[in-house]
Amino acid sequence: MNAVADPILQFQNVEKTYQMGAVKVLALRGVTFDVFPGDYISIMGPSGCGKSTLLNVLGCLDRPTAGDYLLGGENVSGMDDDALSAVRGSRLGFVFQSYNLIQQLTVLENIEIPLYYQGISEEESRERARQLAMRVGLADRLEHKPFELSGGQQQRVAIARALVNDPLLILADEPTGNLDSVSGLEILRLFDELNRQGKALIMVTHDNSVSNRSSRSIRLRDGNIESDVRQ
Amino acid sequence: MSANKPMKWRKLFEGLSPGRMRRTLRLGLRSLWLHRLRSLLTVLGIVFGVCSVIAMLAIGEGASYEAQEQIKNLGSQNIILRSIKPPEEQKVSDKGSQSYVLQYGLTYTDVQRIRSTIPGVTVVLPARNIRDYVWRISRRVDCEVVGTVPWYPEMRNHEVAQGRFFTEADMQGRSSVCVLSAEMVPALFPMESPLGQHVRVAGNYYQVIGVMQPASRVVKNDEAQESGKTVLNRMFIPLETAKLRYGEVLMRRRSGSFEAERVQLHEVTIKVASLEDVAGVAEAIRTVLERNHKKKDYEIVVPLELLKRAERTKQIFNIVLGSIAAISLLVGGIGIMNIMLASVTERTREIGIRRALGARRHDIISQFLVETVLLSGAGGLLGVLLGVAIPFIVTYAAGMKTIITLWAPLLAFTISALIGVVFGLYPAFRAANMDPVEALRHE
Ligand SMILES: Nc1ncnc2c1ncn2[C@@H]1O[C@H](COP(=O)(O)OP(=O)(O)OP(=O)(O)O)[C@@H](O)[C@H]1O
Ligand SMILES: [Mg+2]
Repeated sequence: MNAVADPILQFQNVEKTYQMGAVKVLALRGVTFDVFPGDYISIMGPSGCGKSTLLNVLGCLDRPTAGDYLLGGENVSGMDDDALSAVRGSRLGFVFQSYNLIQQLTVLENIEIPLYYQGISEEESRERARQLAMRVGLADRLEHKPFELSGGQQQRVAIARALVNDPLLILADEPTGNLDSVSGLEILRLFDELNRQGKALIMVTHDNSVSNRSSRSIRLRDGNIESDVRQ
Repeated sequence: MSANKPMKWRKLFEGLSPGRMRRTLRLGLRSLWLHRLRSLLTVLGIVFGVCSVIAMLAIGEGASYEAQEQIKNLGSQNIILRSIKPPEEQKVSDKGSQSYVLQYGLTYTDVQRIRSTIPGVTVVLPARNIRDYVWRISRRVDCEVVGTVPWYPEMRNHEVAQGRFFTEADMQGRSSVCVLSAEMVPALFPMESPLGQHVRVAGNYYQVIGVMQPASRVVKNDEAQESGKTVLNRMFIPLETAKLRYGEVLMRRRSGSFEAERVQLHEVTIKVASLEDVAGVAEAIRTVLERNHKKKDYEIVVPLELLKRAERTKQIFNIVLGSIAAISLLVGGIGIMNIMLASVTERTREIGIRRALGARRHDIISQFLVETVLLSGAGGLLGVLLGVAIPFIVTYAAGMKTIITLWAPLLAFTISALIGVVFGLYPAFRAANMDPVEALRHE
């Protein structure tokens, strides 16, 4: 069924090189793969193999040095900074290992941030943020500041924030890396549920048990795709 | 990239739409409020700069207004000549040769010469000033008896409050009439109206026919000079009467020895027909007097020259003040920039997060720019409030006149808000040009 639908994302021979003085670091050496609606992809591989670099390029935070990246049919590899920002704000959701919430803002305000830059009205943003906070189980923490929440709760705020602009794809870099097993499991269940509702997910992880929950597992080695398995 | 620049600026203004602006302002206020003390300390430079400039300007403006007002009261079309004792003669008389009669000063001939040889002179006002006691029954007041002409009030901008000034007829008839300055009336006539009453000076009786306006603004050097003491008490009598009563020799008693002076006129005021001629006439008078007086026994005061000098002084004062303002605002601006740079570094992570969540460069620029402008604007406002309050306190406490011109606070406030833009741009651009990936990794 997946193979029939059009891909939401296409990577064609994407390369990323970092210039470190005289030395060139080849972080991605021609990565090619497609992502289809409803995919739940885990990316694994040894440290330094280019997982975070791949995720940054996927997330339009970094431009590929070579190759083409098509997101929802648009070629984003040649876009300028403003256009990339707009793509991030409207099509992508990010979940980070270290939550990355803004400390002086409340839970609701943190969830609203992407909508603020989309120019969506205050009332509507507030309402959507409230609904998402309830969906991730934080209905009673709306006015709390991040430092008043546990790690698991903070990560749930981050997930709500990633969902608020109804993105095409959610990108997560080791989302359970800072959490104990119980709260980690809660987060993973939340991801499962999102995927069941049809969201495409890409998650970087070191943990085999995490990757087992995904529907597709990509292994990276030295900036190349070593294996790409559907399970 | 450079082709993108104008578009970016346009977008920056798009972000200033009312709804968007309100939220950005609120965000800025919150983040400043979060670091209240730091924000306050940051703007102190601007506060004190703006405040001191406005206060100094108001005080300077008040002082120069008073000075100019005083000079104007002398009459800007007037030239005033005064008799002064030549310095070398002063020494001789101080040593006290008892029967020495000192002759100096302006003469009737001088007046005659000026009137006949210099064109442009319309009215000449001679005056003799004699220091004496004025008696009313048993009350006594130290006073300057001024023998002058009927057009004195008009020429010296000093009006009669009650009764009238003496006339040409009084002058010709050498009548014993007098007009008193307002300041001496209460001392002489505590209970009754002075008009029609008589006062006694040196054994002669004079009928009071008028009282002058209180002369609070009359220039101090217009008063009795030699004692240095300010005497506001003046009694005006017709010049002809003064000549008759006092002759040309004045006797003064000073520390036991007698000192006689022969002075014809103590003061001559010359009115010039038009303002443009004042400088030329003054020059001509200088030449005429120099030719006819061997000693420098007179002085020439040209109020118009004084006025110009006062204006020039004020200009210099304003330039100095302007430079101080510029320097203090520059220092204040640098202070703000310094803090904003620190704040940008401190909030690198936040910037990364916002960029990842869809903030464009100009969104970050407006966020930081709004903060700086809020800071400097608040500083300017605080400075203006203090700067406007201080002159009131000065006026109240020290009795000095102060004038707050409208443009000073407006300009100061506008400039300090602009300072926020100018010194906020660099930190804001630095924030906006951070690489999102690097910023997100920042600890
Ligand atoms: N900004 C950079 N400048 C230079 N080299 C970089 C930069 N970012 C990453 N690299 C290099 O690119 C390679 C891939 O790095 P990346 O961070 O993607 O690894 P990773 O797979 O995420 O590792 P880990 O599992 O430890 O997070 C590494 O060799 C790294 O040193
Ligand atoms: Mg990594």
